[in-house]
Amino acid sequence: MSTVFIAFQTNEETRPIIEAIVEDNPHARVNEAPAMVKIDADGRLIVKRSSIEERLGREFDLQELHINLISLSGNIEEDEDQFVLVWKN
Amino acid sequence: MDMQVAKKKLGLKEKYQVMTRDLDWTPTYQKMEDIYPYVHYEGIKIHDWDRWEDPFRLTMDAYWKYQAEKEKKLYAIIDAYAQNNGHLNVTDARYINTVKLFLTGVSPLEYMAHRGFAHVGRAFPGLGPRVACLMQSLDEMRHLQTQVHAISNYNKYYNGFHDFRQWYDRVWYLSVPKSFFDDAITAGPFEFMVAIGFSFEYVLTNLLFVPFVSGAAYNGDMGTMAYGFSAQSDEARHMTLGLEVIKFILEQDPDNLPIVQRWIDKWTWRGYRVLTLVAMMMDYMLPKRTMSWKEAWEIYFEENGGALFRDLSRYGIRMPKCAETIALEKDHLSHQAWCTFYNYTAATAFHTWIPTEDEMQWLSAKYPESFDKYYRPRWDFWREQAAKGNRFYNTTLPMLCQTCQVPMLFTEPGDPTKICYRETDYEGMKYHFCSDHCKEIFEHEPEKYVQAWLPVHQIYQGNCFPEGTDPTAEGFDPLKAVLQWYNIVHGRDNLDFEGSEDQRNFAAWRAQATRNV
Repeated sequence: MSTVFIAFQTNEETRPIIEAIVEDNPHARVNEAPAMVKIDADGRLIVKRSSIEERLGREFDLQELHINLISLSGNIEEDEDQFVLVWKN
Repeated sequence: MDMQVAKKKLGLKEKYQVMTRDLDWTPTYQKMEDIYPYVHYEGIKIHDWDRWEDPFRLTMDAYWKYQAEKEKKLYAIIDAYAQNNGHLNVTDARYINTVKLFLTGVSPLEYMAHRGFAHVGRAFPGLGPRVACLMQSLDEMRHLQTQVHAISNYNKYYNGFHDFRQWYDRVWYLSVPKSFFDDAITAGPFEFMVAIGFSFEYVLTNLLFVPFVSGAAYNGDMGTMAYGFSAQSDEARHMTLGLEVIKFILEQDPDNLPIVQRWIDKWTWRGYRVLTLVAMMMDYMLPKRTMSWKEAWEIYFEENGGALFRDLSRYGIRMPKCAETIALEKDHLSHQAWCTFYNYTAATAFHTWIPTEDEMQWLSAKYPESFDKYYRPRWDFWREQAAKGNRFYNTTLPMLCQTCQVPMLFTEPGDPTKICYRETDYEGMKYHFCSDHCKEIFEHEPEKYVQAWLPVHQIYQGNCFPEGTDPTAEGFDPLKAVLQWYNIVHGRDNLDFEGSEDQRNFAAWRAQATRNV
């Protein structure tokens, strides 16, 4: 199966985001590189707004992801509540 | 009296509709084909521009908000890095040469990308891609500006940073990235999007930015890390634009498939040849390595690109043809490139060196099939020669590939002992190529590539000397004249790192920073 990934800068803003992704995607693998965290997952990866908000204790707009985003791969499906990366094969 | 009405917040999709699509209008007193003259000649058929999707649904107001936040973070770090003399914290002064390579070889491409996306954004009749191109055009300008600001700090202390704009137009190895981008922006709008938006941004950009930036972090260069990551945060959006563009074109008309496939074949190869510079940076120029070029290629092209092309196979797209050749080159590319730069470093604006024994061990471990057999013996020989006072500088100018403009340094696919030469005739002239792929690209559009400004040809024709130079004068030194024309100072900006002013200054300043003198 094809791998999707998302990579963020390693910092205090992304820590709760990464924690939320890891919890919502039990099949995901976390790779820590210098100053960067890359999360790989087979086929599909979901980022849920509610999970991030729970950890942050405030409202979160998924477009805030852009600030610390480094790279990603896969087709994107985004709405207010979730951001999904997927390969359709 | 005003009535209090609860404001309904627009959803992401509605907001995108209102703030992009609804801004468009249908012209009445000018013809569409007069307003958008470039949209048909490439043969791409688009029936419904409204089918374009921006999955991020980013609107201009949100764009400014998030970009401003990125800038604030970035400049806070750059200031702190400069105030703290951060440049003295890099692993060793050889590292700084990777920053020189970045500023001279990559930053000018950001500016060309700014121009390119402004141009194609204007050329598309659909509002969705036009807004996405506008944002990318602004991003690319931001990347150039932040890179120049961050790197200007190095220019206060080190050589090889003082004239990057002129070097981009004149210096031999920089004609490789320059001709790549000039090729893209002189193509039609759809080809530009496939070339830069898809093939470069989506397929190859991870190989450029992630290793450079991760490498900077690993080597203590917070300034480069900051601008690199700040640029990269826009990159996810660019990659998405590139992928959407491909899907959109392919869904619009089945006749578009062969045109798009040809562009993907061409531009994956063109981009890969430019990345030769990145390969040698990763394997030879970073004092502390992150991963080898080969490993990066396997993760970001073979694995990730493999997934991408399997996904696109539902449209009939296949893996670019060059992937097989590239797989054969991955054990050799960085070594052949750094050997070449070591030979020609009299004409470069950065320093080179022979890898240390530790570094050679790392290279053996990462390249068990090739390093000890083909490349270690060369380094051992050159090191012996240098120790005897015979440091080898090649003064014969190399033959260049007419398409990619890289010197003919690559070997035959499958035979790393034989240089690969290809040639073709066109209108009574002979043209030379580094590979079957570059030859094929030329043969498809010879009238474009015969115009190439090849640095070696230009030097031999006498076009690269300062005005008033007399090449027939006694004792004329062509290398000296070319360096003057480049504005590279011989003995300061070029030659070996060992013994350079950069090396001496860095050692002296670092000593001052750690002792009371």
